[in-house]
Amino acid sequence: MFDGYTSSELMSIFAMQGFAGLSLFSVFVLMAMGLAIIFGQMGVINMAHGEFMILGAYTTYLTSGFFQSYLPGLFGGYFLIAMLLAFLVCAALGALIEWLMIRHLYHRPLDTLLATWGLSLIMQQAYRSIFGAREVGVELPDWMMGAFQVTDLVELPINGLFVMIIALSIAVGVYLLMYRSGYGKKVRAVVQNRPMAEAVGINSAGIDRATFALGCGIAGIAGAAFTMIGSTGPSSGQAYIVDTFLVVVFGGAQSLIGTIVSAFGISQAQSTMEFFLSGSMAKVLTLLVVVGILMLRPEGLMALKVRR
Amino acid sequence: MDTTEQTAGGRSFGKGLGLRKSLMTLAASVMLATSAQAAAPATAEVNTTGLAVTDDTVTVGILHSITGTMALSEIGSVQAEKLAIDQINASGGVLGRQIEYVQEDGASDWPTFAEKSRKLLRQDNVAAIFGAWTSASRKAILPVIEQYNGMLYYPTFYEGLEQSPNVVYTGQEATQQILAGIDWAVENKGAKTFYLLGSDYIWPRTSNKIARKHIDKLGLKVVGEEYYPLGHTQFNSVINKIKLRKPDVIFASVVGGSNVAFYKQMKAAGVDFTDEKPLLLTISVTEDEIRGIGGENVEGIYASMKYFQSLDNPNNKEFVAAFKEAYGDDMVIGDVTQAAYLGPWLWKAAVEKAGSFDIDKIREEFAGIEFTKAPEGYVRIHENHHLWSKTRIGKAQTDGQYQVVYETEELMEPDPFPEGYQ
Amino acid sequence: MKNSSPLKWFGSREGLYYLALAFLLVVLLPLMLDPFRLNMVGKYLTYAFVAIGLVMCWGKAGILSLGQGVFFGLGGYCMAMFLKLEASTPEATAIQSTPGIPDFMDWNQLTELPWFWEPFHSFSFTLIAVIGVPVLLAFVIGFAMFTRRVGGVYFAIITQAIAAILTILIIGQQGYTGGVNGITDLQTLMGWDIRTDAAKTTLYFICVGMLFLCLFIARLVQNRKLGRILVAMNAQEMRVRFSGYDVAAFKIFVFCLAAAFAGIGGAMFTLIVGFMSPSFIGIVASIEMVIFCALGGRLSILGAVYGALLVNAAKSGFSESFPELWPFAMGALFIGVVLAFPNGLAGLYQTYVMPLEDKLFKRSKGAKVEASPAKPAAERKPKTEKTDDYDPMIDSYSPEKS
Repeated sequence: MFDGYTSSELMSIFAMQGFAGLSLFSVFVLMAMGLAIIFGQMGVINMAHGEFMILGAYTTYLTSGFFQSYLPGLFGGYFLIAMLLAFLVCAALGALIEWLMIRHLYHRPLDTLLATWGLSLIMQQAYRSIFGAREVGVELPDWMMGAFQVTDLVELPINGLFVMIIALSIAVGVYLLMYRSGYGKKVRAVVQNRPMAEAVGINSAGIDRATFALGCGIAGIAGAAFTMIGSTGPSSGQAYIVDTFLVVVFGGAQSLIGTIVSAFGISQAQSTMEFFLSGSMAKVLTLLVVVGILMLRPEGLMALKVRR
Repeated sequence: MDTTEQTAGGRSFGKGLGLRKSLMTLAASVMLATSAQAAAPATAEVNTTGLAVTDDTVTVGILHSITGTMALSEIGSVQAEKLAIDQINASGGVLGRQIEYVQEDGASDWPTFAEKSRKLLRQDNVAAIFGAWTSASRKAILPVIEQYNGMLYYPTFYEGLEQSPNVVYTGQEATQQILAGIDWAVENKGAKTFYLLGSDYIWPRTSNKIARKHIDKLGLKVVGEEYYPLGHTQFNSVINKIKLRKPDVIFASVVGGSNVAFYKQMKAAGVDFTDEKPLLLTISVTEDEIRGIGGENVEGIYASMKYFQSLDNPNNKEFVAAFKEAYGDDMVIGDVTQAAYLGPWLWKAAVEKAGSFDIDKIREEFAGIEFTKAPEGYVRIHENHHLWSKTRIGKAQTDGQYQVVYETEELMEPDPFPEGYQ
Repeated sequence: MKNSSPLKWFGSREGLYYLALAFLLVVLLPLMLDPFRLNMVGKYLTYAFVAIGLVMCWGKAGILSLGQGVFFGLGGYCMAMFLKLEASTPEATAIQSTPGIPDFMDWNQLTELPWFWEPFHSFSFTLIAVIGVPVLLAFVIGFAMFTRRVGGVYFAIITQAIAAILTILIIGQQGYTGGVNGITDLQTLMGWDIRTDAAKTTLYFICVGMLFLCLFIARLVQNRKLGRILVAMNAQEMRVRFSGYDVAAFKIFVFCLAAAFAGIGGAMFTLIVGFMSPSFIGIVASIEMVIFCALGGRLSILGAVYGALLVNAAKSGFSESFPELWPFAMGALFIGVVLAFPNGLAGLYQTYVMPLEDKLFKRSKGAKVEASPAKPAAERKPKTEKTDDYDPMIDSYSPEKS
């Protein structure tokens, strides 16, 4: 398969494949970060995570349409505003859902699973009724399309770079928030020992709400970012669920570093296998390997606590 | 069996709602194409098998997915079928009877399709079923419709390998779509190497088998063949592989949401299809799909279909105008939607030729029935229940429409069991 | 537990409930419904098998499996393979390039039957496989997970992943499995045409019979010490372990039991509906099966049957009249059951209707030794949910709690 190419061509292919792997890695990080926060810090599985992402995507779609109609001159910069709006809209909905539903279910993680699945059905049908069953296309500003010519032979897609930058910023932002801010300290306190945290005056219910909203907001940003590389339709969220959950569970709950490491591992494995095998087989093998490892080490890669 | 009004829930009556004017003009021209109506023949003569036929009405069934992942594809078919029914009603109906329809939701779930088709045939006694979209839904309906001797009018282009006496296939089968497309690429674009890429299920796999055999027959090369699961969204690896292998043609049968991701990522990777290096030939992207993908992402790709919305003939212009008036100016019409539109008209022609609604009688009349007012121009039913039709190659534009660049001179004969591909 | 004779049991409250269900299924519905609708009820009942299994493994033992579709599908595919081979005799498939093999294999240019299809020529093997294959898989999964004390949410997600894997494999390997279309056009079972109305009615009654068999097996498990241990495991696993019981073994057992029930359900489904497709194996179908159990009452095996019937009847009804509303209704059902009545209809029944029954029949609650043990356990369940939130020895979140 490699004959007939000069070494520089081969190098450039490997470079592009490496970039593809990193691209997939940032996609996984974005998908999983929101869920990891919620699951890791609160033990809540949000099966509607994909639908929150699509909410962010639809917000982007609406923003794009708005800018096209009313502010065409500023169209080039609309994307950043769209992401901000996506964050706010999803965080707001997340806070509402938490208040209405999730907070009654903290001691019953399996039940939250079912309840959020019900929520995802409702959200999907709502999208279908409001936006139609067809997928909607989100127009991107010109500067975001095309590829970045690094060398003669190496082309890096611009929106891939963009997704990476977003993923990196979010990861850094979340780290700073969780480990360097007052809010983060409170969250960690509540996770480690809720009654004690409440005893020292932390409003644990408010922290829970804020954390859930934060997780959903990040999902919204991820959804906005994905309009560049994927489809936006009522059922599009379903495509991401299994992968996202596996990344989070594989990395170990309560460990954001674990999520990142797991995203890296799974994405590299999958994209390497895709290169040498067919897509379906690569997917099946990746899933099998992840499930197999999880069976051997069920707490995930980097569980912070191994209390049984 | 009761032939008067049934009491099944969810019955809707589709009689022209606010379309009178355009329908009247269309109806006038349609009258020329279909046989003239005498006074409506007596019910006892035209219905001897207990179908839902009265002196004034005849009931048919529409069975598509209105909910679930397939809804976005099947909506166009439902709209087309209802439009055809409205137009037929406006022009006098079938054998002097107005068409009423019972619409059921397949819910993108194949067992539900089987169940609903059983209901339509056993409880509602419909005279025809216009429905199904995926091969899986058709396969699920097939045993039911053969057992109860119904007739299904199936609109989607599909892999062939089937020929049921109870189905009329108004979409193209694989050889009509694929062989003509590959021949065009080889003769007009000098293609020598092919990369086959599809979603992982029966239609792309069978299509690629047919494509591969044909390519081998022409003495050319397949440099890659890949499948990705339905719903897959990350195509960077295969894009790199394609760049590595440098095929002349990418033969794409990716479907659904994966389509959107694939073309967006191709574009992002700097692939410009208008350069035609490589050239992308698809059998799975119609105007409906482009709406979700975005015209700017597919500019320059070629598609092999029998119908494009931009076809320049009088039938199509009227059809597009009527469709837009009924459903909105921003509607797009893909190949399957047009094929669905043909269903009711072909059924009407067969019924009138047979002088009866009985399935066995109309089946005898199918072979040779022509429809000259088809938006795609002209079609004729073959004795294998498929349609003779022309194949066209279109080039996608940024506005989401296809520009027709090639049309077969002759009608392509449908061949669902091609020699040597078995 | 049962310290009275079987005949007396029929007069007890629990026995009457079973008799009522039997009356409904065996007498009332067949009289009220035409063969088409009765066939649909038969289809709903096949889901009830899965729901009963879930009551045992989720309601009692706290193991939520979001992949029961896998076992349902495996049982269904085993039966479908047998039926398909029977329908693919060389005479019937004479027009194929390779007669004697199923049609989908022919389209995929296979020229001979794959080795793993061969044993399905035999009905006895098929019957064993219908239960054996799901149980084997459940055993492997259970062994790998429960001996390492994986439970709760982790387990649920892994079952989801397994459902996803199996779906992809089946759809992709269409030459061997029929792919996304499934295995269709099944005609006869050992010469008996299963498509006629009479056959479908007979199959309905067979299904009802198998259902009661499974109900009794489940009841047997639940009433014995085995059932008590399962419930205890759910409430306080540590203590059960410290008492010397091999928790993993019990969990594996109940998971395999649920898989067996699901496999039987799948096989009955194939017979009643006439085909099997990978759409039942996937994540969406599996989660829907959970809602049947949840609505009926996760602790009540009778409730599971009613839950399966009601949800599916609602689904058919809605989709005929208001198809766009059904997903909303179903979503609301999930949320409502979890938030408002976690013990489902059985719980509501117990809270509101049973006191009326007591008044009506002047039975005192104390004499209810034969009362369905599911109901008192249901009373206990809300308490266990609330007391496990504060225990300084355990994290407030633990992967094993339900």
